[in-house]
Formats: sequence, C-alpha cells, structure tokens
Amino acid sequence: MTTGTRDRGSEIGGTPTAYSIRRRLIVATAVFGLLALVVCLAAPLVGPTPIRLARVFDRSIPFRDNVDAQIFFIARLPRALAGALVGSALAAAGVVFQALLRNPLATPFTLGVSAGAALGAILAITFPLALSALPVPAVPLASLAGSLFAVGIVYALATARRLGLSTHVLLLAGVTLNAFFSALILFVQYFSDQSQTVRTVRWLMGDLDVATYTPILAALPLTIAAFVAFAWLPRSLNLLAVGADAAASRGVDVLHTQRLAFFSASLATGAAVSLGGPIGFVGIVVPHLVRLLVGADHRVVLPSSALFGAGFLVACDVLARTLLAPIELPVGIITAMIGGPFFLWLLVRSR
Amino acid sequence: MAAGTESIGTPAPPKLARAPHGERRRVACLALAVACLAACASPVPDRGDSSRPVTRIVSLVPAATEMLFAMGAGLRVIAVSSFDHYPPDVERLPRVGALLDPDMERIIGLRPDLVIVFEGQVELREKFGQARIDVFVYPRPTVSNILQTMRALGRRAGMPAEAQREASAIEQQLDEVRASVRGLPVPRTLLVIGREPGTLRNIYASGGFGFLDDLLTIAGGANAFGDLKRENLQVTTETILAARPDVIIEVVASQPWRPADIERETHVWDQLGSVPAVRNHRVYLLMGDAFVTPGPRMVQAAPKMAEVLHPR
Repeated sequence: MTTGTRDRGSEIGGTPTAYSIRRRLIVATAVFGLLALVVCLAAPLVGPTPIRLARVFDRSIPFRDNVDAQIFFIARLPRALAGALVGSALAAAGVVFQALLRNPLATPFTLGVSAGAALGAILAITFPLALSALPVPAVPLASLAGSLFAVGIVYALATARRLGLSTHVLLLAGVTLNAFFSALILFVQYFSDQSQTVRTVRWLMGDLDVATYTPILAALPLTIAAFVAFAWLPRSLNLLAVGADAAASRGVDVLHTQRLAFFSASLATGAAVSLGGPIGFVGIVVPHLVRLLVGADHRVVLPSSALFGAGFLVACDVLARTLLAPIELPVGIITAMIGGPFFLWLLVRSR
Repeated sequence: MAAGTESIGTPAPPKLARAPHGERRRVACLALAVACLAACASPVPDRGDSSRPVTRIVSLVPAATEMLFAMGAGLRVIAVSSFDHYPPDVERLPRVGALLDPDMERIIGLRPDLVIVFEGQVELREKFGQARIDVFVYPRPTVSNILQTMRALGRRAGMPAEAQREASAIEQQLDEVRASVRGLPVPRTLLVIGREPGTLRNIYASGGFGFLDDLLTIAGGANAFGDLKRENLQVTTETILAARPDVIIEVVASQPWRPADIERETHVWDQLGSVPAVRNHRVYLLMGDAFVTPGPRMVQAAPKMAEVLHPR
C-alpha cells in the first residue's frame, strides 16, 4: 500500500501512469478482497452457540436433524451474505456521493434515500395491508418504494430550475427532504400502537438477521445493476472531483456522469436499506479509511471501498451477534459505536 | 366498609412475601409512590375527599378500564384511552390520548377525581399532582400484580367486595388450570410476542417476567428463555435453533386474520426443521386480546395455552 501514499498529491488530475494505477488497483483489490473473503468465511463459524464444522458438512445426517448445519446455513450464512452485500453497496455508494457532491461529509443517506425508505417501511408497519395480499414481505418492498420516491423528488428538484443537475440544489433538497421525512415518520408514529412503535424503532436501528436467502436474492439484481454502473464512473469522478467545468473541458459529459452517479448510488443505497435497514456510518467511515490507505483515485478507491465495506459490516455483525448473546444487538449500533469515534479521530488527525 | 381506613398506601398483603424479590420491591415502590402522590395531591382540607370512593375516573390504561367494568364500576369511568375497545360500552366514552399522547387539557376539563396512568408516565403524574388530581399507577403487569391492582382499584372505586369477588374468581380459574396440568410433562416453550409478518425477522419473545410468562407457567409450560428476567427480548434464529423448544406459541392480538393467513404464518417456522416444535408440528398461533391485554380477560389465555401445551 506504500505506493498509494507516495503520489497521493499528484493523482487527482489523473497524472500517474496507467501502469502504476493498474498495479495499485491489483494490490488493493487483492488485499481488500482477501480481507473480505476471510471475514465472510470466518463469520459463519463464530457465534453464541458452538458448532462443529465437521458436523455441518456431514452429509450422513439429514439436514432436518442437523442442528449445526441449520445454525450454519439458516442463522449465520445468510447474515454474512446480507452483511457483505449491504456493506459493499453502502460503502461504494458513499464514495460516489462524496465525489458527486464534492463533499467529504456526504453519506449514502445524505440525499434522503434512507429517510424515504424509512417512511415507506414505517407506513407498511403501521398500516399493514391484508397479510396475504402480497406474495413478498411488505416492509422491504415499501422501503424500496419509499427510497425511489425520495430519489425522484430530489432529482426533480435538482433539475427543475435550469439545465443540468445542480449539486447544490441536490444537497439542499436532500437535507431538507431528510428532515421533512423524519417529521413525517414521527407523524405516522403517532398513529401506531406500542408493538408497531417497537418494530419501527427496531427497523431504524438496522438489522441483518434475514433468516432466509430470499431477501438477499431480491436485493441482488438491483445491487448488481448499480455496480455495473459504478464500473463506468471512476475516471469521470476523478475529473468531477476537481470541478464540473474542468471536467467538461477534458471531455467529460458532466450531466450524464452526474445522472449516472446519482441514480446508481441511490439504487445501491435503496437496495441495501431495504435489505438491512438504515445502517449508518458504513458509507462514510469505509471510504475515508480506504482513501487514507490507497489514495484518492476513484479507480482504486471505489472497488477497494466496496470490498472493505463488505468485510467491515460482516465483522460488525459478528460483534452484534456475540457481544451480549443470547440477546442480539442491532448492527447499526455497532457500526455507530465504531464509526463515530473513528470519524472524529479522522477529523482531528487531518488538521 | 369504613372508607376512612382504606388507602392505596396500605402495606402489601402477606401473600406477596413469597413473590420474587424484584417484584416485591416494585410493589413496595409502587405503594410508596402512590402514597407520596396521594399525600402531595391532596392538601389537608381535601383529605376527606381523597379517601371517599371516586366517581369520575379517567383511565389511560385499557387493562384497568376492563377491570373497572368487570367489577361493575363501569359507570364511574368518564373517559378512556385511544386504545380502549373493550367492553363495547367504552366506545361511547370520550378518548383522551394514551401512553405517549395524553391530552392533559381535556382530562382536567373532565374534572376527574382519579386518573389511572402507566408506571412510565412520570411527568404526567407530576402534572396531575400540580392539578391536585389523584393518580392511580398501573404497575408492570404480572399475574399477582394484576390481581393486586384489581383489589386496590376496587377499594378506590368503592367496590371492594365486587373487586375481591372478581379477583378470587380469576384466581380460582387459574388454580383449575394449574390443577389440570399437574403431573404432566412440562414442555420447553418459546413464547413469541412479536415478529415481522411472513418472515423470521425481528422475533421478540417473552423472557421470564410478566403476565404471559406467569400464564405459561400456570398452563404447564417452561419458558425457553425464562432465565432472562425481562418482559421481552429479541431472539435470533440461531438462539432458537440452539434452545430447541418443544413447543412454539405465538400470540397476537385479535386481527381480522383469515385461516389462510394463520396457516401461512404458522408455516413460516418450517425452515427451522431441527427444532422439535417445528418437526412435531407443535407451532401454535393463539389469537385474542386475552394474550396481549393484562386485564381480567387474561384468565381466558391460560386454558388455551394449556390446551396446546398438553393436547389430549
């Protein structure tokens, strides 16, 4: 990782040679990829109940009798996979939003995506439709719809006044929408009974105990679509980070890039929130930590953050499962406990 | 009854001495708190009034409303909470908010001589103290607290004999359930009180405290998470797989659920095939207010639990 720190100052304009970038990309993805892989493989082995790996994969015991296998495949593996998916989506979306808004404090939740998702989820919790009206659980679906609704509003506002996408309006509209949706959430809360309030609060804390693979499979196509879009972004984001005019003068289709960045990052966030709830700090701590290690070139930062985010969230979820077992801690509390102090340290350190 | 001798601050009856330590302390605290409030709320000239049976009761606690109606003091209830729906008579009464949004102004405007509040509504109690309105605090519900509360409410509402009769009837019915399961095996039971519909996410179970845990014990079941002395706790699929309960009882308030919904929600558990309860098809969804309202109707829950815990 030493090459990253050496030429950090010069790389934003894209000056380093293609060779050095390629080498750094390979080293960074190898290291972060290996880290994520190790964490994801180790996570299902750790938990409040001791299980024996030999028994987990013992085919001679039928699955319905094999408690170890059930704990492994039902209780732990889906959580690790969900954590990896959500963590990488949030971390990558954080990188894209920070570049798009040219603001290091931007998070995947800055533009109101999570508040919209929360509003959707809470409406579904408080005003449940007839249970069997939907083939899938209503809450994730409603939260996805809510996040898309918020994205639509913010985009419409940011493009309303003049040609192009105003990042200032985007930011202000997002922050305002966040506050407005939070107020609506409290308003809806007022009509909910005690058990619904508990569920709402719990949803807002974030949670990865998905218990089946279905919600993961449901979120996967959206996340893949977002990541395919991310693959087009890094070079343009490097230039956008300098400024829209400078990027345009170097041949970047600014509006197209902004639009692609905004919608793909929002899609990744919406999918992640519908799967795990609004898990905070992943989208801001991971990108900053990765930049600290590999420099600011988005061609390296974006894939590295996605991989590191996966490992980070899965590790946090292991803590959530084990710290107070058999009582479960919400993973969002763990990420906040780690992320908050870390981010403050980062602020002080950079002075 | 000599009205002057009755007061809410009377020491707990000796029967409670056998209650677990925390519970006893809670009851003592409650008695102390209510005694203090009663003392603060009624300056010396009003002394006579506060020990006279109350006639204008505002109840923010649905379970307490049910108790008052059950003992025949329903006509003294002048307003209820927004969550009160039983008995049907309450539908004609004004609603003055609930746990989180009590409408202080309307309550005072109704000129009550007693307001029944939840234990957690500390600020509200202070406000009523300032307004010189007596407050009755509804304690955290365990079966013994519920019976105790019923008798105390009866004394305040001037219906001590009726309240006593109702409480004894409940006690007797519970004893009958207890006797009917005596000597039978005691299955390890997971008592689920909340869950995300259609999935096994966000499962809340009853710990070893509260009226549901008490009723489960009476009905001859052993709470799988009884060691954790909490009213509710969140459990994961892993802890359930490890706990291996013999029976899973899921309780829900009455909702217009169709048989298809119940069928589907029961089968949500099928993926945990190694749990004895799932394998032996002993997952039960019990519905009704009796399972969620810690009032006199809770007595109906015990035989229903016993029935599924000990099928014939």
